[in-house]
Amino acid sequence: MELIKSAIAGTMESSDVRIILEPNHGGGIEIHLESVAKATFGDAIEATVRQVLAEFDVKDACITLNDRGALDCTIRARMQCAVCRAAETKYDWGKVDFHV
Amino acid sequence: MSKTELMRTSLYVGGTSPARMIQSGFYHADCLVYDLEDAVSTGEKDAARFLVYNAIKYQRPKDKYILIRINGIYSSELDEDLEAAVRAQPDAIRIPKVEYAEEVARIDEKITVIEKEAGLPVGGIQIWCNIESYQGALNARDIAKASPRVVAMALGAEDFTASMAAQRTKSGWEIFYARNLVLMACREAGISAQDAVFSDIKDMDGLQRDLEMTRALGFDGKTCVHPSQIDAVNACFTPTEKEILNAQRVLDALRQAGMNHTGVCTVDGGMVDKPMEIRARTVLAKAKAAGIEVGGIVQ
Repeated sequence: MELIKSAIAGTMESSDVRIILEPNHGGGIEIHLESVAKATFGDAIEATVRQVLAEFDVKDACITLNDRGALDCTIRARMQCAVCRAAETKYDWGKVDFHV
Repeated sequence: MSKTELMRTSLYVGGTSPARMIQSGFYHADCLVYDLEDAVSTGEKDAARFLVYNAIKYQRPKDKYILIRINGIYSSELDEDLEAAVRAQPDAIRIPKVEYAEEVARIDEKITVIEKEAGLPVGGIQIWCNIESYQGALNARDIAKASPRVVAMALGAEDFTASMAAQRTKSGWEIFYARNLVLMACREAGISAQDAVFSDIKDMDGLQRDLEMTRALGFDGKTCVHPSQIDAVNACFTPTEKEILNAQRVLDALRQAGMNHTGVCTVDGGMVDKPMEIRARTVLAKAKAAGIEVGGIVQ
């Protein structure tokens, strides 16, 4: 899936994460994470981001996350929203949810 | 799917705030209503759908009855709301502004289609109907019986009052008739009757007065718009020790009369009749549902 435009999802409120997703034509996946829990959960957050991008088959994207202590399910939700907004597409709710 | 049979309190939780959704699981509300409708602005409907779906699917609060309030039946968000809501597998979907039984039947069909597509058990998701207009109130009997999925009906006082061109007051006389219509329709259908929200979250005395009406009329539960209302509403629908003891005495007297073949009996000088027996059984059923252990026969 190709990202058409930049998109934002989430907020800077506590327990949330604000995600800025931008097209990155031919540049692969770039992740910039800012989080108070980066030392402990940075790898897990990045893994979730990459997993969601893989589920959408997004190969090129620049992602900036400002994490305020979001749970994994919140990061997933905000990422899914950002991808749909950036790709200007509706989510296919019928597709298999691979997340466990 | 964990759930409780108690439906004393249902707390609305905006579908856009992860913090509020997390916190809501720690309050004493029996039911949580993750809202995709009024609490979500037009530009954030998609974000709320994703958040509610993921929260229920992967971070579901234990021992809570979980509902999702979807957008209106004629909203452009409806189909996507249902796709997300059904696949999240809440206990129930709460439909706002229901006016006709056919609308509920249509939602039922849509849910069934999605359940089949997703390989979920058909009929597993229940429906709560919000009655929020004079048309809905007048059709409440049909709406309550529109689908076997319908397990509760609730009055939405603010929109109902607007539809009547009436003034919304704290005394609530402008919704008195509608409350009774909804209640009687629920009783006829054998479903839970949920009372209207008390909107002024700072007026606890006003809430208490409103609850006296709620309880006197016979509702089974009430919707809360703020966590501060939960304990008062739970207390309203939980029988007191005195009420439980009285109920036990009534049933004990009836049991004794049956054993003695006397036919009639009295408690404190008053004759025990059928309505008293029904009320006593209702009190004990509510106590049991609230987790109160009721002892044996009172001597």
